Amino acid sequence: MEVPILKQGAFLIATFQAALSDADLNQLRMGLVQQVVKLRSRAVIVDVTAMDVMDSFASRTLREIAHMIRLRGAETVIVGIQPEVAFAMVQLGLTLEGVATALDLEEGLAYLNEKFKTTN
Amino acid sequence: MAKRNETPREIMKLNNQVAELPRSEAPSELLRELVAHLRQNRTQLREEWVVRITETRLLTAMTKEEIFAEATSVYDSYVEALETEAFEALQAYARNLSERIIPRGVETHEVVGIVLLLRDVLARSLFAKYQNDFKKLNRILDAYEPAANRIANTVAVGFVQERERVIRQQQEAIRELSTPVLQVRERLLILPIIGVIDPQRARQLTEQLLRGIRTNRAKVVVIDITGVAAMDLTVANNLVQTVEASRLLGATVIVTGLSPEIAQTLVTIGVDLGKMNTVGDLQGGIEQAERLLGYKVEKLAEPR
Repeated sequence: MEVPILKQGAFLIATFQAALSDADLNQLRMGLVQQVVKLRSRAVIVDVTAMDVMDSFASRTLREIAHMIRLRGAETVIVGIQPEVAFAMVQLGLTLEGVATALDLEEGLAYLNEKFKTTN
Repeated sequence: MAKRNETPREIMKLNNQVAELPRSEAPSELLRELVAHLRQNRTQLREEWVVRITETRLLTAMTKEEIFAEATSVYDSYVEALETEAFEALQAYARNLSERIIPRGVETHEVVGIVLLLRDVLARSLFAKYQNDFKKLNRILDAYEPAANRIANTVAVGFVQERERVIRQQQEAIRELSTPVLQVRERLLILPIIGVIDPQRARQLTEQLLRGIRTNRAKVVVIDITGVAAMDLTVANNLVQTVEASRLLGATVIVTGLSPEIAQTLVTIGVDLGKMNTVGDLQGGIEQAERLLGYKVEKLAEPR
């Protein structure tokens, strides 16, 4: 299943669908980093609003994506984690440590704009 | 000649458990006969039942008129259940009745008591009627007893179910009232916690807060635990999880009002205090939250 990756100025927005297999996640990890390199993006927003479940593999993949993208000098923000999903995640100890998070796409963009305004 | 009711003895013994009886065939002639008798003598038998209820001091929370009114409808439903064997309808009636009388303070033992009294009053009247024909009395009782026991069971279960439903409802209401999530500024929520937190309340608190963060688009939450005397390890862990889960929704949590005891608990369980933002009191917490949100509060004049 292809995950749509849209370009928004200097940022990329990847919107996760509800049911992503492990293979999809692996493909996405490589695909996103390649796009960041190709388009010289400064940040990636990963929108997981449609995910109603987040298992440890998905969580680890998100962290790895963020780390790999940081190695390219770009920022990652995860947005749209649902309350129930957040609750389940912390109970399993999946805290996405070290990765920026925001409530939704709007907040994610506001966060990035603020961040890049000050470092410019 | 009337047919003997074919219910085996073993099934009659099961009557007092809540088991699904095999549906007997359409009301046998015997059942029809006894139902007719109970209807014919309705007034007298109902009166006798009400007298017994008062004698045994049941339904003391109700007036004589109320007891009589309820007795009438219960009697009719009882006889109808004997006739039609429609126990689902009876259970619905029992729940409905319970909904009315539970707020009046009627207890389970009273409801079970009056149904059993009715069963006895009707049985005695059958003894009286068929006392000269022992064989027929036996067959009549074979028809009556399983149905009567099933009725008692159904009414008792219906009553208890309704009671449990009310209790659950009240518990839910209490829990919601006790953990209000309050918006005090744009993007700023306060969650003042007072009293004892057990794991269930802690969980409910977290769920309510996360929903509140999403609804109010909060960026900062101040959780004040001044009113919490003590916290065990489980609840302390819940607090940490609440902070982490809030972060996943893009909100920063400031915890205020930690007592020395609770601070000790947190240190003992090894909470990474770098991860938890804490400030001494609620006032300090709100001021910090405002700073985080970019507010500046300036005093323009003295209070009048």
